[in-house]
Amino acid sequence: MLRIEYLYALIAALLACTALFNLRERRFAMAAFWVILAAPFALGDTILAAARDGLAWPSQAAGIGVIALGLLAAGGRLGSEPDTAEAAAERRAAARRLGNRLFWPALSIPVLTLALFFGGGHLGWNGRPLLDPKALTLSALALASLIALGAALRVTRAPPLQALGEGRRLVDALGWAILLPMVLATLGGVFAATGVGEAVAELIGMVIPTGNRIACLLAFAFGMVFFTVIMGNAFAAFPVMMAGIGLPLLIRQHGADPALLGAVGMLTGYCGTLLTPMAANFNIVPAVLLELPDQHAVIRAQIGTALPLLAFNIALMAWLVFR
Amino acid sequence: MIPSTAVNYWPLLGVAIVVAGFALRRNPVLVVIVAGLVSGLAAGFGPGELLALLGTAFIENRALLMFLLTLPAVGLLERYGLRERARDWIAGFRRMNLARFQIAYLAVRQLTSMAGLTHVAGHAQTVRPLAAPMSEAAAERELGPLSPAERDRVRATTAATDNIGLFFGEDVFVAIGAVLLIQGFFARNGIVLEPLTIALWALPTALAAFAIHALRLWLFRRALLRSRNTQAAADAAD
Repeated sequence: MLRIEYLYALIAALLACTALFNLRERRFAMAAFWVILAAPFALGDTILAAARDGLAWPSQAAGIGVIALGLLAAGGRLGSEPDTAEAAAERRAAARRLGNRLFWPALSIPVLTLALFFGGGHLGWNGRPLLDPKALTLSALALASLIALGAALRVTRAPPLQALGEGRRLVDALGWAILLPMVLATLGGVFAATGVGEAVAELIGMVIPTGNRIACLLAFAFGMVFFTVIMGNAFAAFPVMMAGIGLPLLIRQHGADPALLGAVGMLTGYCGTLLTPMAANFNIVPAVLLELPDQHAVIRAQIGTALPLLAFNIALMAWLVFR
Repeated sequence: MIPSTAVNYWPLLGVAIVVAGFALRRNPVLVVIVAGLVSGLAAGFGPGELLALLGTAFIENRALLMFLLTLPAVGLLERYGLRERARDWIAGFRRMNLARFQIAYLAVRQLTSMAGLTHVAGHAQTVRPLAAPMSEAAAERELGPLSPAERDRVRATTAATDNIGLFFGEDVFVAIGAVLLIQGFFARNGIVLEPLTIALWALPTALAAFAIHALRLWLFRRALLRSRNTQAAADAAD
């Protein structure tokens, strides 16, 4: 079976290559950054297994690695090297020569992801599945990327090493922004373990007039947005606000419909996701990928949709949730 | 550890640090790590315990970087002119314009996301190599070459369109993480719900998101056209 661990090992290899390229160019801080990031991908399973067996030092070492990554990130830059006229002319010439053949490998990523997602459960060898059923979409995406890489090498007739160099170019351009989704998810774990949610719930309960159901609803909606902005992820905000306001006040005290409050409450949090640099993989990473000079350009393009939609969600809840 | 009788407010220092880090524009990665450390220490975790928590939580979330595996193929195709080719291809459609292309992309992204196919498209897989250059070409069909500022706005709007399609489609599909998270939260608190009832309540917002964003995309194209026309009029008056 194509275990998800093998795919993590490939990511570790890609990161290690990026580190090597940086080392060769004597950019030592960036090289160290990529080497340290490669470690959790190469050794992740071993470290988690050790932690389950009660051996603490490997996961503690990983924790030290995370802190080191944070310190190195603070000194790092984002963005790619400027395009030269020569490179642009080369690309245009190649585009004319290769024509629509360039599309097949690119389109094969979404198309094969789709096909593997639906068909992957049936693919197997000796009764063992090809893809890890517990991580089907991710394995499908990874396998599709590898097949697309093979197709791209065939169409362009580029040497395989060049593909590594091009991958490195994009990884380097993303820089520390790559890390933010992972550290935010980590922070969510720490906040959950330290009882931040309960503390917030207590505080909000003291501040708002709990007898007024619209006040409670507004506190819930804006709390979802605020916590999503802080955490970069509505999933982290949801249990905090639901436990603090949604369940005790809106549902138990004022009789709100839980299905509606849950669904629309989560989507209210998503309006916050559109507004925050903390949702780095949606808002900062694309700005870097698209070479935008303003890191917040994607957020600016989203404000005009996020705010009316937030108003729509609040109105929808106010209208229907207390029926 | 935390005493169960009274609520410990000290871990909230972590939230305060995230807010302060935002305001002072410090590196977000460092801010988030410091916030986690402070929150943990304030809750009474020992240093060893806290490091282990940080390390295991980080490792458990490494699936978030799976998209890196798309980058070698995307980078290689780009070096050989994929974005230029995508641009030329869209420019060949006679009735194509910026708003039509972007609204179609929004619809496709939202529908595939509703079907649970959230990883099919995305910023690395489709926006950078295909959707953004196609949007630029669709805009250039009507406007001629874009200024750098206009080009950047077109790109940012395309990235925003991908996000909005993804976010406000996925909850309509019952097996997606958010719906199961909502159901699981209520189940732990003694409220049993069918995932389908939760997913159906995501539908009004999904429709509103499509309507609002499609309208904005339409207005964006019109604004680009208008600023060109006033500019042309000003040039003609000179």
